[in-house]
Amino acid sequence: MKIFRLPISILMGLFLFGMASASVIAQGSTPPPPDGEVREVTDNEVNSIAREVYCPVCESTPLDVCQTQACADWRDLIRTKLENGETRQDVYDYFAEQYGGRVLATPPREGLNLLLWIMPVAAVIIGGFFFSRFMKNLRMAGGDGKEDEIETVETAVVPPSSSPIPQSDDEYIAQVERELSK
Amino acid sequence: MIENVGYLALIFSMLLAIFSASAAWYGKTNNDERWIKSARNATITIFFLLTLSSTLLIVLILQNNFEIEYVWRVSSIDMPTYLKISALWGGQAGSLLFWSWLLSLFTAAVMYGQWGKQRELIPYALIVISFTQIFFLFISLVVENPFAKLDGIPLDGNGLNPLLRHPGMIIHPPMLYLGFTGFVVPYIFAMAALMAGKLDDSWIRTTRRWTLVAWLFLSLGLILGGRWAYDVLGWGGYWGWDPVENASLIPWLSGTAFLHSVMIQERRNMFKMWNMFLVILTYLLVIYGTFLVRSGVISSVHSFAESAIGPLFFAFIAFMFIFSTYWVNKRKDMLASKDKLDSFLSREAAFLYNNFIFLAILAIVFFFTNFPIVSALFTGEQGFVGPPVYEKALSPLFLVLLLLMGIAPLTMWHRTMIKRIGLAVLWPAIVAALFAVGLYFTKIVTIWSALLGIWIISLSTVLTLFEFYKGTRARMRRDRNPFSAFAYVMAINRRRYGGYWIHLGVLVMAFGIIGIEMFQQETQIHMTVGDSVALGEYELVFQGVERYAGADDLIITEATADVYHKGKLVEVIHPQTLLYTRSGQPMTIPDVRTTFWEDFYVLLVNWEPTSASSATIRIYLNPLVNWVWAGGFIFIFGTMIAAWPDKKEKRLLKRA
Repeated sequence: MKIFRLPISILMGLFLFGMASASVIAQGSTPPPPDGEVREVTDNEVNSIAREVYCPVCESTPLDVCQTQACADWRDLIRTKLENGETRQDVYDYFAEQYGGRVLATPPREGLNLLLWIMPVAAVIIGGFFFSRFMKNLRMAGGDGKEDEIETVETAVVPPSSSPIPQSDDEYIAQVERELSK
Repeated sequence: MIENVGYLALIFSMLLAIFSASAAWYGKTNNDERWIKSARNATITIFFLLTLSSTLLIVLILQNNFEIEYVWRVSSIDMPTYLKISALWGGQAGSLLFWSWLLSLFTAAVMYGQWGKQRELIPYALIVISFTQIFFLFISLVVENPFAKLDGIPLDGNGLNPLLRHPGMIIHPPMLYLGFTGFVVPYIFAMAALMAGKLDDSWIRTTRRWTLVAWLFLSLGLILGGRWAYDVLGWGGYWGWDPVENASLIPWLSGTAFLHSVMIQERRNMFKMWNMFLVILTYLLVIYGTFLVRSGVISSVHSFAESAIGPLFFAFIAFMFIFSTYWVNKRKDMLASKDKLDSFLSREAAFLYNNFIFLAILAIVFFFTNFPIVSALFTGEQGFVGPPVYEKALSPLFLVLLLLMGIAPLTMWHRTMIKRIGLAVLWPAIVAALFAVGLYFTKIVTIWSALLGIWIISLSTVLTLFEFYKGTRARMRRDRNPFSAFAYVMAINRRRYGGYWIHLGVLVMAFGIIGIEMFQQETQIHMTVGDSVALGEYELVFQGVERYAGADDLIITEATADVYHKGKLVEVIHPQTLLYTRSGQPMTIPDVRTTFWEDFYVLLVNWEPTSASSATIRIYLNPLVNWVWAGGFIFIFGTMIAAWPDKKEKRLLKRA
């Protein structure tokens, strides 16, 4: 019985592991150090910040590829800020303060936005809890205590009337299963 | 004149739909076959009337009749004919009419195909399908009349939204709509089975192929939409977690869950309630998806669809939800099958794990998509959920799904020993790990999360390929030729091997997605003639810019650049920016050097000053992006294998 808890716990473990590793993906490049003077800023630096910003007018289009004049002005603003030595985070903070958290691809983790981080984890954990209980109940209903010993070939169990699969097919599956059990 | 005939056809369709529902009900309760026949004839007539109505709308567009508001909105005199025809679904009112027409087409086809076979279900199916039809026709008649007239007669129309003037965009919406309306068919038969109290699995067998075909179209729509975005939107990507993209992904997710779980019912006669739930959920999400696309409730790049039809959709979804819940509740004793699980390690359990993950993904995408509304309700400020948030939340779940995809086919019905699965997985896992380690030590991939992903995808790929091998080898005992043995195995068990092809397609796509999402490089630079810029193993030498007038109201600015790969000239490319002067809408059309391993994707940046000798060029290096499309092809191929009509099965169905 114990061994059959494995799949769910494997799933859960994998999920948590995946969560942890996915957060690694999110880390971007380090911002240029402020040096107090006006410095040369490349398009690439501006774009790397702009791609995480969405203007409120042309929603769903990141700032780095948006073609409107408003967005061009915003990109210039980012450039100016970088030239004045501000960091990536300074720029994001500025936009969030001026236009609200909705202009950032990853909204600030505060207030209602926290739900965006809580909900997926909660959905999987709470859903997983009910799901595993559901599975256990199903297992109880069908338990005969001999799960480890018997290995059933599907063709032997399914009565022909409940299966629309033609005979030749069953035969083929049986053959595959025989191959498998070698 | 023409417009009045078109509108009249809509009115008659609506009346006939009401008649059909009532006649089917009356005929069933009074056991009078004539009324049921009459109801069927009414639905078939609706198809002809809506065909007339849609054709007339196309005629009006072709005639440049700009007195009709819809024609003025979506067409213009200079637009080529094929675009004028596709303008039928290029705007709000037209696409709703198109929706009704597709539904009537499917209804007619179902009535033609199933009339003799499903006598008990047909009357109820007619009622439920008419409900849906009545709703969409009501919207066309009252809110979004495609034949409505303007006060004056404009000289020319606005023309189709430039973003939609692309071959991918011409077939992408019909594919999605075919998928959407296709999923209505399993729903109406499920509801008919509930209402008739005939809850064996005949409704499932009747609609199995429909479900697959609907799913095929929806998948095709999603893939084509991605391709369109990649070719036209000019941001180097193919999926942006836009609300409208999500609107078609959400029903696809529940539909996919249903396609898997339905096999448990067919095989073991279990989970009747669960399948009923999934098919109802998919239907409601299809309506919700149409609502999301058409109402503009959540602003998106597709927001040309804004209108006041939101509350009506909401009311209809609520009505169908209550209607469905009522019948499920009424028949809950019949739906309660004696579900039991012999083991947590069995095929049926594996399908349930699959369902759990699919529904978890669905719940998250649904919540994120609607978050702007939730946020607006509680804080007064409309929130926004960007791609990074989606990716972080979903990528672990997708990885689990990909792993399950490889391992689940190893399980057997009833129970499987863990030892057997362990043995079957051991070597593929080692091979996949060696592959990942190899990538690490050759410094091709050094990101741990990418390596984990690659390991899982390679493992599932090896396992899936091994399934093909096992089947072929089993057959080769009788047929020594491996090719004909392989073909025989494919042909004799299409759904199983179609499914494996689909899995293989998804895995190839997954490699591509890891490639482009995690290893995309980009650069942007202002260049004058003769300047060069390097990215990866490529070098681009800028050769100048030309500007000329295109068809219709179009002005084209085209750059020329030489692309060198490892020092060798491989291609001369011409990225363009387009300006549709009438609407003032700009577009950037990339030019791409495409290879098996990567795309060198070049954009002419139109928001920076451009002269004949200088321009700003943006380059993306998209590794493995073509694997996404190749995987898509394999995926569609597999779905077609699975959905291909089977004579033997037809005979068996007839006998049943």
